[in-house]
Amino acid sequence: MPDAQLQHTQTLIKMGQPEQDEWALSRIDDALPTRRPVIVPLSLWQANADDQALAPWLSSDTELSDELAGQLASAPLVAIDFPAFTDGRGYTLARLLRERYRFEGEIRAIGDVLVDQLFYMTRCGFDALALRDDQHLEDALRALGAFSVSYQPAVDVREALFERRLREGNGHA
Amino acid sequence: MYRYDTYDQTLVDERVVQFRDQMERHLSGRLGEEEFRPLRLQNGLYIQKHAPMLRIAIPYGMLSGPQLRRLGEITRRYDRGYAHFTTRQNLQLNWPKLEDVPQILGDLAEVQMHAIQTSGNCIRNTTSDQFAGIAADEVEDPRPWCELIRQWSTLHPEFAFLPRKFKIAVSGASADRAAIQVHDIGLRLWHDDQGELRVKVLAGGGLGRTPMIAETVREDLPWRHLLTYLEACVRVYNQFGRRDNKFKARIKILVKALGIEEFRRRVDAEWVHLKDGPQTLTQAAVDAARTHFVEPERRTVSDDAIAAFEKLRADNRAFSRFVTNNVTEHKVPGYKAVTLSLKRREHAPGDVTADQLDAIANLAERYSFGEVRVTHEQNLVLSDVPVDEVEALWGELEALGMANPTVGTLNDIICCPGGDYCGLANAVSIPIAQAIQERFEDLDFLYDIGPLDLNISGCMNACGHHHVGHIGILGVDKKGEEYYQVSLGGSSTDDTSLGKILGPSFFREDVPEVIDKVLQVYVAQRHEDERFLDTYRRIGHKPFKERVYA
Repeated sequence: MPDAQLQHTQTLIKMGQPEQDEWALSRIDDALPTRRPVIVPLSLWQANADDQALAPWLSSDTELSDELAGQLASAPLVAIDFPAFTDGRGYTLARLLRERYRFEGEIRAIGDVLVDQLFYMTRCGFDALALRDDQHLEDALRALGAFSVSYQPAVDVREALFERRLREGNGHA
Repeated sequence: MYRYDTYDQTLVDERVVQFRDQMERHLSGRLGEEEFRPLRLQNGLYIQKHAPMLRIAIPYGMLSGPQLRRLGEITRRYDRGYAHFTTRQNLQLNWPKLEDVPQILGDLAEVQMHAIQTSGNCIRNTTSDQFAGIAADEVEDPRPWCELIRQWSTLHPEFAFLPRKFKIAVSGASADRAAIQVHDIGLRLWHDDQGELRVKVLAGGGLGRTPMIAETVREDLPWRHLLTYLEACVRVYNQFGRRDNKFKARIKILVKALGIEEFRRRVDAEWVHLKDGPQTLTQAAVDAARTHFVEPERRTVSDDAIAAFEKLRADNRAFSRFVTNNVTEHKVPGYKAVTLSLKRREHAPGDVTADQLDAIANLAERYSFGEVRVTHEQNLVLSDVPVDEVEALWGELEALGMANPTVGTLNDIICCPGGDYCGLANAVSIPIAQAIQERFEDLDFLYDIGPLDLNISGCMNACGHHHVGHIGILGVDKKGEEYYQVSLGGSSTDDTSLGKILGPSFFREDVPEVIDKVLQVYVAQRHEDERFLDTYRRIGHKPFKERVYA
C-alpha cells in the first residue's frame, strides 16, 4: 500500500515562516496513494493531472523542456528533489522554472534539504523548504538571513550589485 | 588594487558570522562531518594528514602591504610562523587549529581577505597573469575582468554544488602567462579590427587524473556578455556534468563526451535566455571596476639612470645574473618588474616565513607602490620598481634569501606540498625538489641549460602541474612504496602540451640522476640557443628514453 510509505515533513518553512504541512509525499512510481493532498513522482502526476489534490516532484536529473514546463504551469505546487545535498541540479531547475517559465506557484525543496542550503535555495526561487527531519528550525531561520547582500541577480533580487552601485552613485567605491 | 566598499565588507563579515555558526554547530555535534565537509571546504578548510589546512584566497594574486603583514601575524598567532604560496596564487596555512579558523577568517576580513570558495565543488579563485597591467604585450588589463568574475562567482546561489571544482583563468596579453588552456574555462581578452574588446572562451582544459587541453567554445564574445555567457557555460555543466564518478566529473569530461560542437550548442541554447539579462555588463560597470586598477603615479626616470642601470648590469656579473633571470621588462621605460624567488633548498618551494612576509610588505611599500603579486610558479613579483632602485632592492632581497637568480631555470621548481603535508598525496614532493635543487645548483650549469620548467606533483591530482612541466615528476604509490614517474615535453604557455611519460617509474633517490641523464641528452643534441622543450619536440622521446633506461 503506497499510503503506508507516505512521508510527512516535520519542518516546513514557507515564505520564511514555519508552517504546518498539509501535503504528504510519495516516492512510489507505480501506485497512486489514496491520501490527498499528496506530492507524487512526475510521471504519476502527468497521468492524473486533472486531480488538483496531486502535485508533482521532479528528480534532480529532470530535463525541463518547454513542453514539460507548460504542463507544470497547472500544478498546485512543484517539488524538486535533492537526492543528496551535494547534488546542485535542483538549484538550476528552480531558477529555470521561475525565470524562464515564469512559474508563480509554490516551488518546494524536498529530500536532502539542510540548513546551510536554504539561503541559496531561496535565492534560486524555492519558497517552500521541507527540511530533512534531523534539521533544527531555529538554525534554519537564522541561516535564511545569513547574508544581507549578494553580488548576482537571481530570483529574489533582479539587479546585479554592479548596477545597484552605479544607481546609488557608489560605483567607484 | 581592488578596495572593498561597504557591500564587499558586509559580505565577508557575514561570511565569518555564518562560518562561526557552522563551526559551533559542528563542534557541538549538531552538524555532522559529512554535512560540514562542503561548508568547511568552501571556506578553504581541509582536514589534512597531520593537521587542518586553511587555504586563503588571493584574488588573481594581488596582495597589499597591510594584507601581507596580517598574513604574517596570522601565521605567528595561529600557526608555526610560515605559510605556503600555491600554484593557484593562493596561500596555505599548514597547522591551524580547527576551532581557530573562524577567528582567522575574522582577522582576514579586517584586511579585506577571505577563504571563500578556495576549495569545494564550486567556482574557485580566478587566476591571472602576474604581469597584468604592466606587461608590454598586454592588450587589456585582465584584473578588472577578474574582479567582475570574482564578484559574479562569489556565493553564486546556483553553483555552490557543482559536480566538481571549477577553475577560471584570464589572460589579457599576447603571451599566455595564466595557463588558460589547462583550466575549466580559460578566457583571452583581445581587440578586433574595430578596436572592440572581445573574449575568446575556452572550456574543458585541466590537469589532474585525465589531463586535457581546452577547446574553443567561442572566439569573439563581445565583452558585455561575459558574465551571462559564463553563467550559461556553468549552468550546462551543472546540469549535465557527471555526478556518478568524481574522477569523471570535471567539465573536461563533459566537453569530451559531448564533443565541442554539442557543448557549444547547449551553451548557446542556454545563453539565448540569459543574454541581455540583468547580468549584462555596461560600460559604466566596467569603468567602475577599472578605477581600482589605475596606473600608479610613477615618477620620471632619467635616461642617465637607465644608462647607469645598463652599465651596472654590464660591469657586475652577479647583478647581471639577477637582472637577466629575475627582472622583467615593463611597459613603462625606466621601470621593471622584479620577481622574488621563493625557491631555495632550505625551504619548500613557495614557502615564506612570517618575518619574510613582513619584510616583503616593507619592500613593496618602499619600492613598488605597496603591492605584490603571487605567481602560479609560486614566486612573488614587485611590479613597479624604478631601474635606479633595482640594485638596492636586489641587496635587500639577497639579505632575505629571495634573490636566488634562478627564476625560469631548472631550479625554479613548481611543487605541491606533497606527502609531507597533504592527505591526498601518494608520495613526498618537497624532498624531491630539494634533492634536485641541491644537485643542480651551479649557476653556470643552470644558465647553460636555459629556460626549463620542472614541475612536481605528489599525486595525480596534479597540484604541482607536472603534466605541463617541460620535465614533470609525479609521485606514485606502488604497494605502499613511493615511486616517481618522469614525463617530458609539457608546456603551459601558448604552445601548451601535455608531457609524455618516459617509462617505468624510479626510486626516490634515483630521481636527480634521471634528470641529469635527460639533461645530458639535451646538451648533446641541442641546436644553438634551442630550449630544452624545443629539442625534445624536434628529436622526440626515444633518445631520452634510451639514455635513461640504458
